[in-house]
Amino acid sequence: MTESKKKVALVTGSSRGLGRAMALKLAQDGFTVAVHYGRGQEQAEAVADEIRSAGGQAQVFGADLSDPAQAAELVETVIKELGGLDVLVNNAGITRDGLAIRMKDEDWHAVIQTNLSSAFSASRAAIKHMMRARAGRIINISSVVALSGNPGQANYVASKAGLIGLTKALAKEYGGRGITVNAVAPGFIESDMTADLGADLRAEYEKNIPLGRMGQPEEVAALVAFLASDAAGYVSGQTIGVDGGMNPH
Amino acid sequence: MAIFDDVKEVIVEKLGADADQVTPEARFVEDLGADSLEIVELVMGLEDKFGLSISDEDAEGIRTVQAAVDYVEKNQ
Repeated sequence: MTESKKKVALVTGSSRGLGRAMALKLAQDGFTVAVHYGRGQEQAEAVADEIRSAGGQAQVFGADLSDPAQAAELVETVIKELGGLDVLVNNAGITRDGLAIRMKDEDWHAVIQTNLSSAFSASRAAIKHMMRARAGRIINISSVVALSGNPGQANYVASKAGLIGLTKALAKEYGGRGITVNAVAPGFIESDMTADLGADLRAEYEKNIPLGRMGQPEEVAALVAFLASDAAGYVSGQTIGVDGGMNPH
Repeated sequence: MAIFDDVKEVIVEKLGADADQVTPEARFVEDLGADSLEIVELVMGLEDKFGLSISDEDAEGIRTVQAAVDYVEKNQ
């Protein structure tokens, strides 16, 4: 593969956590990676540096995905600067946990906008490009709680379940144009998002995981990399769990 | 005539229509069997071919081969 022919993958929210692991893995697999950050520019630069020092290609892009218009602009900028877009991973996500009856509208909207509306907006912009190429991969990072429900996370659960619906609809709408769309539903994975859990709560969660441990970001990244690869060309519209067996479906 | 031929080429490619059927009065949906997604692709194809940017409102009005030719002639 010549340098100019390298495929391009954009991973939103890849300055840390799961997104970071996905960016590193996709770079390892030969993609030029667009590393996106919302706030952590320094961390994103560090991810890109890590990719480059391993011999890969990466470029950093900033965008505030609480605004779906910026999600579309991000995709268009990546296409312009890197010469195309073959894989879009809608990974960026936030939580604003709280009981539904006490949840403020702004906390509901902020989570839906960032996690779901921006994924839609980015996908729409990407599909316009992928349709012309008659090829493309969209991978939406959902969550095990989208399938199981979780108290205290009505907004987050709804946004992640929304991504599964979006995945199915887009897979049917654009399959005829060579675009596959899949969702990945991670369970409890070691990351900043789960680092806040106390030891007690953590032990409680681990009791419900058949494999008896939390997952690693690399274990999610491996599935994302498979879905982005040529080998996964016939997989579309699916939601695949990486959850240690927590939620068979 | 050159524009008509170029437009026709895009229509044949995007809609998979028979070249013989692509007459000026042919309607994309009713006569050429296009679905909504194919219409979008046709509009994108015209944009690419002629270096245009066609708004959704304008695209709504392009329903026949002649309308596409007229649009390109006016906006190219």
